[in-house]
Amino acid sequence: MSFVLDSKIPAGPLDQKWSKHKMDSKLINPANKRKFTILVVGSGLAGGAAAATLSELGYKVKCFCYQDSPRRAHSIAAQGGINAAKNYQNDGDSVRRLFYDTIKGGDFRSREANVHRLAEVSVNIIDQCVAQGVPFAREYGGLLDNRSFGGAQVSRTFYARGQTGQQLLIGCYQALEKEIHKGGVEMHPRTELLDLVLVDGHAKGIIVRDLVTGKVSSHAGDAVIMATGGYGNVFFLSTNAMGCNVTAAWRAARRGALFANPCYTQIHPTCIPVSGDYQSKLTLMSESLRNDGRIWVPKSKETAEKLRKKQITADQVADDDRDYFLERKYPSFGNLSPRDISSRAAKEVCDEGRGIAPTGLGVYLDFRDATKRLGESTIRSRYGNLFQMYDKIAGEDPYKQPMMIYPAVHYTMGGLWVDYNLMSNIPGLHVLGEANFSDHGANRLGASALMQGLADGYFVIPTTIANYLATQKPGSASVNDSAFKQAEEETNSRVNQLLGINGKRTVDSFHRELGLLMWDNCGMARNKEGLEENLKRIPEIREEFWQNVRIPGAGNLANMELEKAGRVADFIEFAEVMCHDALSREESCGGHFRTEHQYTEADPEVQSGFIASGEAKRHDDTFGYVAAWQYNGNDQAPTLHKEPLIFEDVHPSVRSYK
Amino acid sequence: MLNLTLKVWRQKTSQDTGSMETYDAKNIPEEASFLEMLDIVNTRIIMSGGEPIHFDHDCREGICGSCSLTINGVPHSKEKGITTCQIHMRKFKEGDTIWIEPFRARAFPVVRDLIVDRSAMDRIIAAGGYIDVRTGSAVDANSIPISKMDADSAFDAAACIGCGACIAACKNSSAMLFTAAKVSHLGHLPQGQPERDKRVLSMVRQMDAEGFGNCTNQYECEAACPKEISVDHIARMNRDFTSALIKEQLIS
Ligand SMILES: Cc1cc2nc3c(=O)[nH]c(=O)nc-3n(C[C@H](O)[C@H](O)[C@H](O)COP(=O)(O)OP(=O)(O)OC[C@H]3O[C@@H](n4cnc5c(N)ncnc54)[C@H](O)[C@@H]3O)c2cc1C
Ligand code: SF4
Ligand code: FES
Repeated sequence: MSFVLDSKIPAGPLDQKWSKHKMDSKLINPANKRKFTILVVGSGLAGGAAAATLSELGYKVKCFCYQDSPRRAHSIAAQGGINAAKNYQNDGDSVRRLFYDTIKGGDFRSREANVHRLAEVSVNIIDQCVAQGVPFAREYGGLLDNRSFGGAQVSRTFYARGQTGQQLLIGCYQALEKEIHKGGVEMHPRTELLDLVLVDGHAKGIIVRDLVTGKVSSHAGDAVIMATGGYGNVFFLSTNAMGCNVTAAWRAARRGALFANPCYTQIHPTCIPVSGDYQSKLTLMSESLRNDGRIWVPKSKETAEKLRKKQITADQVADDDRDYFLERKYPSFGNLSPRDISSRAAKEVCDEGRGIAPTGLGVYLDFRDATKRLGESTIRSRYGNLFQMYDKIAGEDPYKQPMMIYPAVHYTMGGLWVDYNLMSNIPGLHVLGEANFSDHGANRLGASALMQGLADGYFVIPTTIANYLATQKPGSASVNDSAFKQAEEETNSRVNQLLGINGKRTVDSFHRELGLLMWDNCGMARNKEGLEENLKRIPEIREEFWQNVRIPGAGNLANMELEKAGRVADFIEFAEVMCHDALSREESCGGHFRTEHQYTEADPEVQSGFIASGEAKRHDDTFGYVAAWQYNGNDQAPTLHKEPLIFEDVHPSVRSYK
Repeated sequence: MLNLTLKVWRQKTSQDTGSMETYDAKNIPEEASFLEMLDIVNTRIIMSGGEPIHFDHDCREGICGSCSLTINGVPHSKEKGITTCQIHMRKFKEGDTIWIEPFRARAFPVVRDLIVDRSAMDRIIAAGGYIDVRTGSAVDANSIPISKMDADSAFDAAACIGCGACIAACKNSSAMLFTAAKVSHLGHLPQGQPERDKRVLSMVRQMDAEGFGNCTNQYECEAACPKEISVDHIARMNRDFTSALIKEQLIS
């Protein structure tokens, strides 16, 4: 296969591209819309918004999710907030500034045109959500409140206590239920996509398994939308929900869709540290805590040792013996430094033996000074629910002792490659939300994922999908086509193969083994040696999995081990591509940190004091591209296709937060 | 480390009759969560040739509303204001016997073991639990000022995670708290006014059609609710319903 990665970015000035594209986009006449069936896989912010809006427009929609209700998609867990360039605070924000912050935050590895569009539609999202009844926080005057979030220097984040994702998703879910009630959307909960069906090279259907009856069946449509979320669970432990998976995206990749920038993963600095090997997931503590909490470890290893052994408590460590390492290294951003930078700094001090959790992997987030300055009642009103949540999980009262935190996998910037219309290289297959690669480059800014999911679902795809549909005869594919029969058979035989292995290890044990390997060698810091080691080990895990996994029970009823097994099998294959990507990208950028590529004392930028040694070093001349990977089967390395990133409007600079 | 005995409801499909089975749960770390305890037990069951205990779960941090276990007779356990997935084993004592059952209600058929079908709750929302606003037709968000008090009250009601504990806790299997929470959330906001009457009538009628019982003011729902949604919303919904009904009768 040869690919021309045509991003289809419209011509013209950056700030007019989207308006122009909307004008130039095809329209489908109202009478024809209902002849088109669109399959939407996923009911999170991206999928739910798309399904509801496309149905409002008159298309026939079928929507699928693996949970028992569309309201439970993982978007529900987002705490912090959603960005929008409303400039309600009159503090100098604008579409332009949100665009620039997002491009810079992404370490100049995203497309200008996509990011600008995102910033433009961000303002419509807030209007839409408020009209739906999303109860955003308000000021006493009745207007919407904002906060500054994730290192932004303006207050552009809208929030609903610590449950922004929940409230946005409920708004979206209600719009979806409204359309279900009107008959425009046929909802299929507890249904998992297991394959994508191509007819004459176009995405025309999907193969799904009913998670209650086990029945494998086909659905045909005129276009497929995947909004199936991120793949953070490739690391086993992450802040993602237990069911988050790469299966949908990976099945598409196996059918020829290119997977872009798989190695770009985001590690969030403020999570509750791992406590034992029974642990099933990690819990995020909202980043907003960094507004008032100070992050530190002891200056000496000996003190850290005593803290780990609980011979002393944190409050007994004198100020002079504390290293507020973020404030020290990044005086102007301090505790609010971006996620990738803060995470790596925490890892560094723990690697030096100064970590404080029992496992040695943890740093303090301390509210002592803020409590002194503002009083306990202010702290309680700002963070009460978060403190309570910490207490519930860690069993320690953060009003008395500082919290312990450690970075954890949180978000995946990589995803299926899409053009400006959000269509993948497979005609008809559109990809939205965290599942695509489009807007966050190598690092995502806080409060921007919710924005992107809703932008894609409410405002972008309803316009751009017509450009594809207008070229198609509605209803051309049928589940009786041989392509469907064949894909169904393949899925059934894979399910039966899994059930027939009856080996000696549980699915989780393989998942954990893979996750640990990925965390160690393809996590916060990566190098050639570790990645090569992974590329040797992962195929071995895959071999053993297919010979030795144990899945009890049958396929014709609810079987949670079978569900997990399918997902883990896909994670294993996908992990290899991730490592190939990380290995081939011989630079550091955003969430991708190659230890071989960092600033050192020898660099003039460090000598001049512009940047600290140990910071990520990009190589724009050689790596200023999107890496889109083509799967070639398990026995062959994937092929790399490059989409050069062209910056017409901004000038890529060194991302210094010093 | 804790050593416990579990009494667990096992039922293969909705057609089967189920029964309580006994499992040893030895060497359970106190730091583990309740669902991690079940993971550990499940691994042992699988390794000794059995089929694992099925239960619903996803976020494991108290927000998605998937987890739904009745623990020692109380939905989400007797601990106040938390979901099943937020319970930690340090709350139990060495030697305890723990009874684990699904959320039971007439309108919640068992799917397998501890998993039940709660889709009736989605249908209540579909009947009218929304504001009908087409994408793209909204006015500027700040053109509708809303007093902080109203916004906060709307939020308190909107915190519902749709878990169904209120229904499972009620001896009549009433869905009043869940339904009232949505009616209050939208009814507190100016945007929710145009459809206020229609909403409450449709939602309550759907609730009745799904086979949920009546409210006889036992308040077990509020006690079981992980988000501590107040029963005051039920009284408010009753008022809304009566007034909407009268208006409807006057018109027809
Ligand atoms: C703890 C946490 C906090 C966060 N906080 C913030 C924040 O404050 N601000 C912010 O902007 N972002 C935040 N994020 C990121 C953000 O929440 C997500 O990136 C975003 O919600 C993803 O939305 P989505 O619609 O793309 O996918 P999801 O919401 O993950 O939805 C995926 C959908 O796809 C379905 N699905 C998946 N696989 C299959 C399959 N194989 N078959 C059928 N259906 C499938 C699922 O059922 C689900 O409906 C946070 C993330 C986490 C983990
Ligand atoms: S009202 Fe409370 S108990 Fe009932 S569904 Fe909502 S969150 Fe659950
Ligand atoms: S698993 Fe999500 S609330 Fe318990």
